[in-house]
Amino acid sequence: MRSLLSLLLALTGACASAARGTSAAQAPAPAAPAAALESTSVVRPQYPSTYTRHPNPPVLIRNATIMTATGQEIPNGSILLKDGRIVAVGAKVEAPADAVVVEGTGKYVTPGLIDDHSHLGVYAAPGTDAESDGNEATNPVTAEVWAEHSFWPQDPQIPLAIAGGITTIQALPGSANLIGGRSAILKLIPARTVQEMKFPGARYGLKMACGENPKRVYRTRGGPSTRMGNMAGYRAAFIQAESYRRKWDAWNKDHKGDPPERNLRSESLAEVLRGNMYVQNHCYRADEMAQMLDLAHEFGFKIRSFHHAVESYKIADLLAKEGTSVSVWADWWGFKEEAMDGIQQNAALNQQAGGRPIIHSDDPGGIQRLNQEAAKAMYAGQRSGIPITRDQALRWITANPAWALGLDSIVGTLEPGKMADVVVWSGDPFSVYSKAVQVYNDGWLAYDRSDPAHQPRTDFELGEVPAPGSDR
Amino acid sequence: MIALLLAQTIAITGGTVYPVSGPKLANASVLIRDGRIVAVGTNVLIPPDATRIDAAGKWITPGLIDGAGQLGLVEISAVPGTREATVQGDTIAAAFNVAEGINPASTLIPVTRIEGITTALAVPTGNLVSGQAVLIDLDGATIEQMLVKSPVGVVADLSESAKDAAGGSRAAVAERLRGVFRDALEYERRKTDFSRAQMQALSASARDLDALLPVLHGRVALIAYANRRSDIETALRLAKEFKLKLILAGAAEGWEVAAAIAAAGVPVLVEPLSNIPGYDALGIRYGNAGIMAKAGVKVALLEPDTHKSRNLRQQAGNAVSYGMTWDQALRAVTLSPAEIFGVADRYGSLEPGKVANVVVWSGDPFEFTTGVEHVLIRGKEIPLKSRQTELLERYKKLPPSY
Repeated sequence: MRSLLSLLLALTGACASAARGTSAAQAPAPAAPAAALESTSVVRPQYPSTYTRHPNPPVLIRNATIMTATGQEIPNGSILLKDGRIVAVGAKVEAPADAVVVEGTGKYVTPGLIDDHSHLGVYAAPGTDAESDGNEATNPVTAEVWAEHSFWPQDPQIPLAIAGGITTIQALPGSANLIGGRSAILKLIPARTVQEMKFPGARYGLKMACGENPKRVYRTRGGPSTRMGNMAGYRAAFIQAESYRRKWDAWNKDHKGDPPERNLRSESLAEVLRGNMYVQNHCYRADEMAQMLDLAHEFGFKIRSFHHAVESYKIADLLAKEGTSVSVWADWWGFKEEAMDGIQQNAALNQQAGGRPIIHSDDPGGIQRLNQEAAKAMYAGQRSGIPITRDQALRWITANPAWALGLDSIVGTLEPGKMADVVVWSGDPFSVYSKAVQVYNDGWLAYDRSDPAHQPRTDFELGEVPAPGSDR
Repeated sequence: MIALLLAQTIAITGGTVYPVSGPKLANASVLIRDGRIVAVGTNVLIPPDATRIDAAGKWITPGLIDGAGQLGLVEISAVPGTREATVQGDTIAAAFNVAEGINPASTLIPVTRIEGITTALAVPTGNLVSGQAVLIDLDGATIEQMLVKSPVGVVADLSESAKDAAGGSRAAVAERLRGVFRDALEYERRKTDFSRAQMQALSASARDLDALLPVLHGRVALIAYANRRSDIETALRLAKEFKLKLILAGAAEGWEVAAAIAAAGVPVLVEPLSNIPGYDALGIRYGNAGIMAKAGVKVALLEPDTHKSRNLRQQAGNAVSYGMTWDQALRAVTLSPAEIFGVADRYGSLEPGKVANVVVWSGDPFEFTTGVEHVLIRGKEIPLKSRQTELLERYKKLPPSY
């Protein structure tokens, strides 16, 4: 089976991706807590996750088509979830006596979907100024702000996304700033506090933005007002951070004398320089992405993913060589000049070049149908003669975004030992007519289309939004 | 040259034909001459001089009609120099007809039509009365060649976004519209007094009042954007008071008053894939289009994001997922919008005499697996090329050759 997977992926030029995913998946282990990666004067916990798994009896989903996102599509397969883990996947799976059995005839099962570019909670519905918490547009460099400190867990968009099969999101600051702040990596479950949603051990992302947005926002407010001004802004920030990092790394060796002064802005950037935090870079144009790669080389960090990246197909070879993933839409284009060259084959061309495409939403509507967006991008590629497999397209919304968040050893595929983030679909998830019917998050039934008791509603909705029948 | 083109006869043969006006026909043909459909059926005699398009195994439908958007009126959303849909400084812009803002060379037109959308309503935006919407075919070298009907309707906004133009209250929106409608009728009765300046000041310019008269006489539709249930009811109330031919647009909470909309015989233009609650429509839900259709409301579907007009078929597929029948959804992107826009004598179905806007699909038009194989607009086969297909060709192999 494994050799078949390797063969499939080799044929489409995605060997690098397969190798990583395979070795990591064999030894799934939670990542070290992010706080331990921090190098600050503060030894007390730094805004820790309080996430705990919701209990659920073991679940056996049987007689379904299991799409594992590891190269397999198992017809009439079964999958067993227990204590938040995937225990077994295959043609025949023994279930413990206390397992809830879900009859999956005609249904499909995939990993929980991961959206690595969301503004849920930071640009919450109902969308008034009061919930506009995504852009700290008061300075072009605000590496010191954290999306989790804006995130509103009662955003009514959250249950809608859960109903679309989403189990993990990266909630990002907006793109007004050159450096917009830290992202929040969240389990998408109903919760009273964002701490209860924070993915345990997940690394932070650092949101950066190229191009039109920062220069438009700051043109009349002290700059930058040009793309070269943008570049100078990133460089100045990282030059400061290099010095900051040196001081702290020296002090952390022996803790002798007074610690250096703490600076939240440089603290985030120093974590990028140490490789502890991933750069998530909003960037549309191919030539600008190449500039950003030079910036990363200058300061010795990696850009984990270019987001939006509508022109990434133009430099797909370069991006594949750099090992930078691209988080793209299926078909958005034309809303601004740097988005004019968007084409529907973007994801497919990156796959063909050996890159690591991701379909992201950046949109509270699109996040509800990430499967449909992946389907459009896959078929657009296939119709143009680019041989995209169903497994590859599924990885665009599961394993690949998991990699972009550094969580690919924990989520993103259906393999024994992985976290039981699982979606049951009414039919082929790449059909316009299919819907998520059950969503398991860490083994817990977070959503059931046929049972109102498992259709979470936020406080906001009570008395405001008519209760759903089967669908709202 | 033109005569030669017009004289062309095209036969699309052997496919499954969805005429929309009647049941589907297996192994059927569509015969097109001089830009019109001349025959549809299972035993159509194909003239020997006809250009044949073999559609065996394919699905044949009318070209899809997008119920609203700004095709031809916007190139790059963020670049004001390329936007033509909104007129500034006139809150009652009834005389503003968007037709001369249309750019026949817009890159959005090929991008959209090669995915099976052949006709679209080009709609003005902003203000309290936004202007006049026109129906265009997505082919033609000049505005005149593109126009199907102008105007289709005068657009008014009764949603939250119109409040500013009316002084900040929904009640003021309704009262302002009433005042303008009354003034238009008064102006019509007393044009002589008006020209002699023997009338009190009117609440809009004479040109705008003039432009409202066809609406007030029921010859041109009032296309009213309203989402909150109470705003939909206000639109219905206004239509009743002034005997308007009303088309509701948006209608996000329409499902809550579907029976009243159906009873009033008012059609709606709806985006199926909208469910993000805002204060303008807390009851917004995916089931909206299906519930209204079931209640007997005539529904046309729309993809409001102009650059994504090609996703109309995804909208339609999701409308099916959330409650419309497949046949209802196909009708809601073909014959129903043609009826609502008053062009069903020429558009919306595959019947002899109709304009030959025809699409050959590899399968179910709403499915992602399906590709467009042929698009005909007014009987002319459209090359399946756009700026985006050119970009693809250039970058399919790297490095590109410039």
